[in-house]
Amino acid sequence: MTDGAQAATHSGDVSQEVATHCPYCALQCGMTLRRTADRVEVLPRQFPTNRGGLCQKGWTAAELLDHPDRLTTPLVRDRPGAELRPASWPEALDRVVSGIRRIQAEHGRDAVAVFGGGGLTNEKAYTLGKFARVALGTRNIDYNGRFCMSSAAAAGIRAFGIDRGLPFPLADLGTADTLLLVGANVAETMPPLVRYLIEQRERGGTLIVIDPRATATARQATLHLQPTPGTDLAVANALLHIALAEGWVDKHYVDARTSGFEQVRRVAASYWPARVEQLSGVPVADLEAAARALGTAGRTIILTARGAEQHAKGVDTVTAFINLALALGLPGRPGSGYGCLTGQGNGQGGREHGQKADQLPGYRRIDDPAARAHVAGVWGVRPEELPGPGISAYELLTALGTPDGPKALLVFGSNPVVSAPRANRVESRLRDLDLLVVADFVRSETAAIADVVLPTAQWAEEDGTMTNLEGRVLRRRALRPPPPGVRTDLAVLAELADRLGTGSDVEPAGGGSTARVGSAGTGTGPRFPADPRVVFEELRRASAGGVADYAGISWERIDAEDGVFWPCPTEDGAGTARLFADGFPTPDGRARFLPVEHRAAAEEVCPDYPVYLTTGRVLAQYQSGAQTRRIAPLHRAAPGAFLELHPDLAARLGVLDGDEVLVTSRRGEMRAPARLTGTIRPDTVFAPFHWAGQARINSVTSDALDPVSRMPEFKVCAVRVEKA
Amino acid sequence: MSESGNRIIIVGHGMAGARLAAELPARAGDAKITVLGAEQHRAYNRIMLSNLLAGKVDEAGVELTEAAGHGIDVQPGVQVTAVDPAARTVTTSRGDLLGYDHLVLATGGRALVPPLPGLDRDRLPDRVAVFRTLDDCRRILSVATGARRALVLGGGLLGLEAARGLATRGLDVHVVHPVRHLMERQLDPAAGAVLARTLAGLGVTAHLEVAASAVDARADGVTLTLSDGRELDADLLVLSCGVRPDVELARSAGLTVDRGVVVDDRLRTSDPHISAIGDCAQHAGVVTGLVAPAWEQARVLAQVLTGQDVRARYRPRPSVTRLKAAGIDLAAMGDPGLGLDPGVEELSFSDPVRGTYARLRIVGERLTGAIMLGDNPAVGTVIQLFDRGAPVPIDRRTLLLGRSRDTSSAPPVESPALMPDSATVCQCNTVRKGALVRCWRAGARSMDELVAGTRATTGCGSCRDAVEGILGWLSAIDTPETAEEVAA
Repeated sequence: MTDGAQAATHSGDVSQEVATHCPYCALQCGMTLRRTADRVEVLPRQFPTNRGGLCQKGWTAAELLDHPDRLTTPLVRDRPGAELRPASWPEALDRVVSGIRRIQAEHGRDAVAVFGGGGLTNEKAYTLGKFARVALGTRNIDYNGRFCMSSAAAAGIRAFGIDRGLPFPLADLGTADTLLLVGANVAETMPPLVRYLIEQRERGGTLIVIDPRATATARQATLHLQPTPGTDLAVANALLHIALAEGWVDKHYVDARTSGFEQVRRVAASYWPARVEQLSGVPVADLEAAARALGTAGRTIILTARGAEQHAKGVDTVTAFINLALALGLPGRPGSGYGCLTGQGNGQGGREHGQKADQLPGYRRIDDPAARAHVAGVWGVRPEELPGPGISAYELLTALGTPDGPKALLVFGSNPVVSAPRANRVESRLRDLDLLVVADFVRSETAAIADVVLPTAQWAEEDGTMTNLEGRVLRRRALRPPPPGVRTDLAVLAELADRLGTGSDVEPAGGGSTARVGSAGTGTGPRFPADPRVVFEELRRASAGGVADYAGISWERIDAEDGVFWPCPTEDGAGTARLFADGFPTPDGRARFLPVEHRAAAEEVCPDYPVYLTTGRVLAQYQSGAQTRRIAPLHRAAPGAFLELHPDLAARLGVLDGDEVLVTSRRGEMRAPARLTGTIRPDTVFAPFHWAGQARINSVTSDALDPVSRMPEFKVCAVRVEKA
Repeated sequence: MSESGNRIIIVGHGMAGARLAAELPARAGDAKITVLGAEQHRAYNRIMLSNLLAGKVDEAGVELTEAAGHGIDVQPGVQVTAVDPAARTVTTSRGDLLGYDHLVLATGGRALVPPLPGLDRDRLPDRVAVFRTLDDCRRILSVATGARRALVLGGGLLGLEAARGLATRGLDVHVVHPVRHLMERQLDPAAGAVLARTLAGLGVTAHLEVAASAVDARADGVTLTLSDGRELDADLLVLSCGVRPDVELARSAGLTVDRGVVVDDRLRTSDPHISAIGDCAQHAGVVTGLVAPAWEQARVLAQVLTGQDVRARYRPRPSVTRLKAAGIDLAAMGDPGLGLDPGVEELSFSDPVRGTYARLRIVGERLTGAIMLGDNPAVGTVIQLFDRGAPVPIDRRTLLLGRSRDTSSAPPVESPALMPDSATVCQCNTVRKGALVRCWRAGARSMDELVAGTRATTGCGSCRDAVEGILGWLSAIDTPETAEEVAA
């Protein structure tokens, strides 16, 4: 097997030390990997984002490389109910390809679907989207970032015409006079980012946190607003109401740089503080103090994260905070602005290059004829051959195995059995598939129910690029080749395309069919290269002229410049560290205000389900936990799920600290030990979502979707809690 | 199925009518909605008029979102002069005759003008005004400009709103109130006294337990004669003596009218084709006069009229009175509790010098009433508990003093000696004190060595002080005997 990644980076077959980035969250902390006699060592590295910091997840990331749970051979299930058994690569790939052929012949091309992930490199996310549209010809591709960034993305696009998580470098946080974090628990989810909060505090800045829990982050705040889950939007509108009443709105900015303010002003007029106090429980005095700190500071930054976004009104909630930021004149003002904190490792790049149902590379829309023509040109197909938009992640997952839904699914870089909402339903849909293929490096809960499991390389074994939460494109560098029996995702996709007969390039103005037999590597080169550097060069061309324009970014530039911020259309022009200095990429160059109204959560509490449930993360685990639960020090630090509840609620339920409790919603149940804490509202309970089986809180969560982003309402639903 | 046909006429474009007009189109499909507003203005927020008096916002700043498009026709400045329930028509001040399938009365209320010598309720003197509408505000402001002293007759919520608004403009304001304490419907005497003291600090003087007996308004001023014989001179007199539901149309149309237009749980009047909401409506014997119930009524009626939820019913919730402005923070809800009741658990806190007062009444773990004045950090929680009928905290002190202790900012740095070995010092890397001690035992003697050996401080860095403290403690006790002890 050849691995382009290795050939692309190293003259020899291995190196002793590489400068790379952490495999986990979107902070993408700089780290150095070093080979020692018997293991791979992680060392923190000075990089403009983490400034030499690493959390426990990063320090221990290499422990999975030679872990006994590591998959080193493909697995195949011979028939439903049989155990997965080891198989050779040719056998496993034959099984995949024959399954795809049979299902597509019988049910059409859309009967095969693809599910990607926000942790995949840009090269892999790009190739996966291309593979779905060109090799499979299916419209059905989406990814787990739908559960993550979609609300902030949609709100950003409709307000600014662009979605880059932070439109300014992270370092701006440290110099903000007032910093507002909405539903962001960075002290647990991206600890090294707290260095900027400490810097901000030491400079005398004000930190405001909005969160229904007094999290480790909220406890560091100057002012903590602790609203009822699902009322952030009303809080934002109240802050704008106060800013209007106190004259803190930047009228000059609003006139010169925005549109739509009048309508928003009238909406804000109906969010007087006392009304919102009753809705949210946040005292008027605290609303006023927060508005004052935001409205009268010099440099002010407002950031949202999943707490505000993972709602059936997530897009409107983010819009409400963007409205506030625009009214205060923040976006585009040096040191100020609005941003969202991207979650997954490549949550930014992963949402730009076409693994989203409605999207083509460069953040283009798949229903835009010009975008289709450009990308089809790069891919060597005719625009009309590209499928149209598919359906969103949760809708896709719940259509699987139904009479009209896809019959096969290929999963790369995701574990939806644990991470999807209403996961028991998603799991049963996955089980109803004729063919479930999972590419992963451990036997995740989704891999465990697959028909074919393909063992893939880990981050230290591949090259590529990641785009961090600032929109800074970074280099991931391989320290060593994958172990024997393991292939990179790109190599797997290249091989599959080849076997499907779509691996080689079509001649220009070719015949009517894109399916042609032929081996890769001849003539113009393979259509699905396994070499990430070759893929990146193609991605540059595909993204050229798009919103997320990578055309001017090369791996060499990334190395030389500590990463390059997109958009970067030309090789001799600089990347764009700060957006919006001169205008917004909207048709009229103005940012748009959009009126948004509070509405109740999709599921409010009632006598049968009298308590709010909200979900989130803990420091020592990452996402579905498939990786971090297997790492001993992380497991010791956070060995299992728990239900956090207020001592008052516990007393009424007769529950003591450590008692096993049963959490039930209209959709399912979950069991975990109770953890009593005064840091949560007495009307709300919290559970982390990193665990599977009985401890899977996503069996309970709501599948109500945002009408615009199709984001599920992970952050609030109604439950009953009882002693198990 | 919708209960109504396609033509809906809403009479009144105040808080209730405008809200209904905004709620309907989103749900109504092809209904044709006409809103007839007597006032010559866009929809505006009556709640914010005191801000307008205070000069904090301009008129544009109190405008509300107006329903538009989707077959909705808003006609400001049009009065309805008659309703014919049999023909299902209304006659307007313009002489139009409009047919309806369903009619909604949202005619609101009228400010009462007390029967005092010198006051003609139909034609108030220039320097005398009521305080209800945007036009009233304009009248007040036209006189207030250049004025030095204002009188407010009536020390209820609305009167005090007007008073503090005018005081914010720098006027010397005097409130005349016939009862022994301010806002007697919501407050107990002690709270009333604290409130009077707070208002005095803001330039508002209260004259209590004294009635007005006559008004003498002239071109250059106004004099209010009190029942004790005193005469108060001012540039301006604002009357805030209550509001009466505007039921004239309903009465002349033959609908059942008590104090307000009588409606059922679906907000229907005695005529099935006519509903009433807001300040003109009387539900279960109650005319509310507040925005929250009016908006709830609008929401329920929109559901019923559009067929979105024909089973929707209006269920009144206990109301919360809130007075919040610079220097005043008052929340009052439920029964003010003037008598002692053995079945009621009472909590109270009073610091009159600093203007703080709190009194809560609890029955069976539920709040039945609360008065909170001044700096009460738990006021948001108290309001929500009352509004939702949720059980109160086991530790009642949190209702008076704010959040319980373990939610207050970062935990204090403990003395390293007292810290148990199992205490986590560095959260980001799960480094316990015991691990730092073991690292020191193994030879680490500097911060760099401790950090290298344990990874403490390498995440967010906020535990650096604590780790330095432990290092200092270990170094200080670094004698042969104690080192033995630590190592043991």
